[in-house]
Amino acid sequence: MTIHHHLNDDLLLDYAAGTLSEGWSLAVACHLAMCPQCRDQLALAEATGGALLEELAPVEGPADSWEALKTRLAAAPQDKAAPVARPASATIPEPLRSYLGGDLETIKWRNLGNAKQVLIKTGDPTTQARLLCIAAGKPVPEHSHGGRELTVVLKGSFHDEVDRFGPGDIEDADGSLTHQPVADEHEDCICLAITDAPLKFSSRLVRLVQPILGI
Amino acid sequence: MTHRTDAAAPPTETGAQIVAIAARADMAAFEALFKDFSPRVRAYLLKLTRDGQAAEDLMQETMLAIWRKAGQFDPERGQASAWIFTIARNIWIDAWRKQKRPAFDPDDPALVPPAEPDAPDLLEQKQSGAALHEALKTLPQEQVELIRLSFFDEDSHSTIAARTGLPIGTVKSRIRLAFGRLRAALEELK
Repeated sequence: MTIHHHLNDDLLLDYAAGTLSEGWSLAVACHLAMCPQCRDQLALAEATGGALLEELAPVEGPADSWEALKTRLAAAPQDKAAPVARPASATIPEPLRSYLGGDLETIKWRNLGNAKQVLIKTGDPTTQARLLCIAAGKPVPEHSHGGRELTVVLKGSFHDEVDRFGPGDIEDADGSLTHQPVADEHEDCICLAITDAPLKFSSRLVRLVQPILGI
Repeated sequence: MTHRTDAAAPPTETGAQIVAIAARADMAAFEALFKDFSPRVRAYLLKLTRDGQAAEDLMQETMLAIWRKAGQFDPERGQASAWIFTIARNIWIDAWRKQKRPAFDPDDPALVPPAEPDAPDLLEQKQSGAALHEALKTLPQEQVELIRLSFFDEDSHSTIAARTGLPIGTVKSRIRLAFGRLRAALEELK
């Protein structure tokens, strides 16, 4: 897999610092699962966090801080390496698979014409996460973004006014982009999309049915 | 109780201490690690929460997690300080911000492995604690400050924007620039 569209440093640093909210972090984590290069960059950002932590001026705490901790250790057994049950193979990477409650074949899609989708519940009220499946060779309605949209391709590929996006690629679109993603011919394109505002569709008809379809 | 204040001499034995904690619940190693790191973990959490009691509580949770999870630390895979940083960060997100932080699973069958499994050597070298401290020293002070704020301020972009009167977009591009400089400085040190 050759990834052409990587995490930018904004996303990388915010994710490493822990300031990126859950919805955006879900997209970042999915890209990381598919991109060894960005995992190295994350390791670098976290090593930077560690180095800066070491350089912080120490802040002394209460005199009994160590004693207080020591008494708690007795009741805190060390974690034993418990084997985690994992499937032998999977299409959708973690952490998304757990959010969906299963892999691709268990998904209950909702039809949207050229595309189908499933809304993903997160604890982040500032974003909406959805899994989209765009039919091979078909476009989704042209739209712009009231805010930001992060899209991670999981399977297949699409192209829009910006470029072509294949498996693992992440597109970071802001309010200034109007695009019409079209799935490439060879297969359906499955992607994770995170938004922080409703999409603005160019077509009046689509805008009309938008609330009904929950898009 | 004395504390290191020389930033250029981070405790290199921390990795060995964590390994000893995992291997034999080594209380002496844990106490030494506590003395080295707890004042800095407390400082980090104080910056994020601006609440002394919360910083103390979250520091205690962090140290407890280091004790419990010591077996998960792999000295081959990274710096001890980076590992401690991520534990403190995750506890802050979980216990203070009450949010989830989705993360990939390194053992997931759907995870795409690196093309060359040997590449981490180079990375490890680049990320050695000493090299990072060196690289940070070569950066202009305001760039280090921007990187520091992006790690130690809960809402770094808007804070910096408010303080400097710059638009958030400009602040973001400056942080990107600063991190790019750090990356370039590490390349040069190789």
